[in-house]
Amino acid sequence: MTSQTVTRRPEDKAAARRDDAALLPQVDVIEDTDGITLYADLPGVPKDKLDVRVDGETLLIQGELALPLPGELEASHAEVRRKTYRRAFTLSRELDADKVAADFSNGVLRLTIPKAAHAQPRRINVQTG
Amino acid sequence: MYRSLYSSDLFAEMERLQREMQQSFDTVSPSIRGFGRSFPAMNVGNTPTSVEIYAFAPGVDPSKVEINLDRGVLTIEGERRPPIRESGNGNGQSTAHIKERFEGRFRRVVSLPDDVDPDGVSASYRDGVLQVSVKRRESAQPRRIAVQ
Repeated sequence: MTSQTVTRRPEDKAAARRDDAALLPQVDVIEDTDGITLYADLPGVPKDKLDVRVDGETLLIQGELALPLPGELEASHAEVRRKTYRRAFTLSRELDADKVAADFSNGVLRLTIPKAAHAQPRRINVQTG
Repeated sequence: MYRSLYSSDLFAEMERLQREMQQSFDTVSPSIRGFGRSFPAMNVGNTPTSVEIYAFAPGVDPSKVEINLDRGVLTIEGERRPPIRESGNGNGQSTAHIKERFEGRFRRVVSLPDDVDPDGVSASYRDGVLQVSVKRRESAQPRRIAVQ
């Protein structure tokens, strides 16, 4: 476990500060020998308002809230005060960005990012002679 | 090894805290129920005929969520289980780099206005949001009064 696979760059931080009108989805990032699995909570986002993209080494997750709101609704207590979720991560080189698989159900996004074949761990047999 | 620790876990954690603080300062006055760290986050709104409660509870089995309305107090209870981790080659070696998502049992309580009708409660679950709609009694609904 010497390599860090999901880190964020200072640019992402700056971008996040500029645009603080977005909710930061909570995530779990789990790595095993095959790659990375990322879970993100995006409640209230329908499938067609979810946008997951890999641009170079940046993974960007964006989603737009779409709640069925009755016309004359007046908020009396609100903990979710924004309509957009956004979070960016930097992928490291040994991940295969072309093979990202996504699944989205009940407001939970599950992304699997496999490691490139050359980065898969290999057991090296020690010869005794 | 130390470098990797700083570059991700700690850094991400600090940034997250900073963002959270910013978010909580954005609210003019913090809610008596806290900064919204509790799960599920809730929004409550009123219409002339109903009270609408939105509980942001992604990844929850709706059949296992219990909703109770007792003397004007609405309770939402349930559990969010951790996802089943299928470790690829079965050696079970996995590392959690970031772990922010809620796991375990949750319970949230909202007190509703006096005029709600305990028989007029309906709930639906969509895109990870549990919406509870509670009807208000007719007597409490605004009425146009004709001037003689």
